[in-house]
Amino acid sequence: MYNKGKIVTGLVIFVVFFTSPFLYGLVKSGPPPAPELTAKAKQAKQCVEAKAYMVESHMQMLNDWRDEAVRNGNRIYVATTGKQYTVSLQNTCMDCHSNKSKFCDQCHNYAEVNPYCWECHIEPKEKL
Amino acid sequence: MERSRRSFLKILGISTLGLGTLSSVDLLAKAEMGKAEYSPDPKGMTGKRWALVVDVKKLDEETTQKAIEACHLIHNVPDYGDEDNEEIKWIWTDKYEHAFPGTEHAYLAEEIEEKPFLLLCNHCANPPCVRVCPTQATWQRGDGVVMMDQHRCIGCRYCMAACPFGARSFNWKDPRTTYFKDKEPPNPKYPTRTKGVVEKCNLCAERLAVGEMPACVEAVKDSKAIVFGDLEDPHSEVREVLHEHFAIRRKPELGTNPNVYYIV
Amino acid sequence: MLETALKGSKKYWILIGVLFGLHGMGATAFLYQLSKGLTVTGMSRDVSWGIYIAQFTFLVGVAASAVMVVLPYYLHNVKEFGKITILGEFLAVAAVNMCLMFILVDLGKPMRMLNVILHPTPNSILFWDMVVLNGYLFLNIIIGWVVLSAERKQVDPPKWVKPLIYLSIPWAVSIHTVTAFLYAGLPGRHFWLTAIMAARFLGSAFAAGPALLILLCLIVRKVSKFDPGKEAIQKVANIVVYAMIISIFFVLLEVFTAFYSQIPGHMHGFVYTFVGLHGHGNLVPWTWAFAVMAVIATLMLLCPPLRKNETTLAISCLLVFFSLWIEKGITLVITGFIPNPFDTITEYVPTLPELAITVGVWATGFLILTILYKIAVSVKEEIAS
Repeated sequence: MYNKGKIVTGLVIFVVFFTSPFLYGLVKSGPPPAPELTAKAKQAKQCVEAKAYMVESHMQMLNDWRDEAVRNGNRIYVATTGKQYTVSLQNTCMDCHSNKSKFCDQCHNYAEVNPYCWECHIEPKEKL
Repeated sequence: MERSRRSFLKILGISTLGLGTLSSVDLLAKAEMGKAEYSPDPKGMTGKRWALVVDVKKLDEETTQKAIEACHLIHNVPDYGDEDNEEIKWIWTDKYEHAFPGTEHAYLAEEIEEKPFLLLCNHCANPPCVRVCPTQATWQRGDGVVMMDQHRCIGCRYCMAACPFGARSFNWKDPRTTYFKDKEPPNPKYPTRTKGVVEKCNLCAERLAVGEMPACVEAVKDSKAIVFGDLEDPHSEVREVLHEHFAIRRKPELGTNPNVYYIV
Repeated sequence: MLETALKGSKKYWILIGVLFGLHGMGATAFLYQLSKGLTVTGMSRDVSWGIYIAQFTFLVGVAASAVMVVLPYYLHNVKEFGKITILGEFLAVAAVNMCLMFILVDLGKPMRMLNVILHPTPNSILFWDMVVLNGYLFLNIIIGWVVLSAERKQVDPPKWVKPLIYLSIPWAVSIHTVTAFLYAGLPGRHFWLTAIMAARFLGSAFAAGPALLILLCLIVRKVSKFDPGKEAIQKVANIVVYAMIISIFFVLLEVFTAFYSQIPGHMHGFVYTFVGLHGHGNLVPWTWAFAVMAVIATLMLLCPPLRKNETTLAISCLLVFFSLWIEKGITLVITGFIPNPFDTITEYVPTLPELAITVGVWATGFLILTILYKIAVSVKEEIAS
């Protein structure tokens, strides 16, 4: 290999730089997220859909809700359980999960995602 | 390196394919869900061409303020005043010469000259704003309402240039960090907007969806200063009222076919 | 070929440094605008498009001007233009980049700009503007680069580039036709509602763009060993003077229709820009500067000794460029919003952050232009030796 020294050094620097977020996470990460349910949420036994589905796909579902409600005028969601819900993040989802900082933010902060929904949709007031 | 460039690329290609298949298998193994359905609320109002008829004789400071307040409160419209012309207004008042520019003359009846005309989006049947929107963030519904989807709006403001009635407002700043910084948005059941998107009267689509009148109409229902209904329904209130009273529209010569009528 | 841009004289690197610095200033101002919103600009509910869109409007014309050297050379064998087609094409690349940047900084939600592609809307002229601007950018980059590389290797360019070159000719016309359509199809804005809007755009484009091209050729001759050729420059000057005459003629046509018909909606815009309306007139000095410079430039260009003398030619070209920059880049767009739909007047004055961003975009465009021209000129010098 020509310039073996420079290339290998460069490669090492690159790999370290490229994996630095993961290395940083190894050192710095806190406990896994622990979202808390409100009393109302616990009473409901199940969210709009099953927990596994919600955890994986609530983002997609909210996108679908957004388009169905705003663009198609369909504001009623008939879940796979047969139950009906009003299609609204602010008035349905946040009605049960009214503790955004202890629920939604738990996973979002951990995963460093910043959904901008709440730039417009008003989050319920929390008693701190 | 003993291997040739060709075999390196071959190995790279195969491993990419392999990794790709792995992740797609992963996708298929996602939590399964049965069929869900969406439907409109059965209470919702249905129509083919919603229109408003404003009886100008019944307009005065108090009535117009009631209508404006009703709308702006339930939609969390920030009140910036007008110091730097960055105001946001879904419904407002102006004098005849500004509501119907070009039709005024020097000898206008005093009553008309001083009257506060209620102005808002006309929900035109041939809307130029819809024609120009590059993302369909504003579009015309089947019932005639010209809707806004603030999730999709890129803030290009082409619709504002296209609207001949000045009905649209842009969020030059973030209402949450400015107007609503120290006060709560008045309606916790409706969102605010954020900076960078256009907004305007939406004919209270969220109220129509559950069978309620637009807020401005409701606010003045005692005086019937504004009447709401379906123009394509020959028995609707708007049709009756238009049948009996001469009414004009703003800038009809432009062909936008506005759906807000004014009985003068 | 890119490596030729990495070697240069001290002056070259100083220029790069200054332009990069101005770009940085613009970028910082843009970050400020992103965080506070477009309230930091002077735009308002009534004048909802300002200097960003106005500059984009002007630069679309400058970008299309490449066709003024490409068409005569490739379709009519005007050999003198052979040396400078690359300069025209690279100028087009820099100008279109500036157009796209100006649109980007004007958006309320630039992070959503891909919505125009995700949700294509063929009835919207803005959609087509995106298509034609990006298409023209790619056409010119590919054509310029491929032809220049072939020249460097002293072979004929590959056959597939010829149809692209032919395509770029009507495509150039399309970019400012579509941009003119942005304005000319809006029912509520009488100042813009004219059938000759696209024609006016073409006229001023083919004056302003080639004028800038002449200035750049004169600069290139001064700072390098590449001489675009006195005949080429003279021929482009001829194009500039005809285009200027046509542009001025078109403006006078508009003035006639407005004032002979005496229709208020048609007159108001011109009254506002030329003398002021209802006590508002902050564009009046700009309009007269445009008018005076345009007339002087045209007269100078019409006069053969002044046109042949390259010093007076340079002055004329500067006057052409700045007069049309005022007309298309300031007065046309702003005046469209005055008076507003309620027949009242809200004036527009750009703010400092807005101007910083504007200067930043221009600097970025000239940075791209400098680098591309360095490459082109280096290649020309290489093959000459």
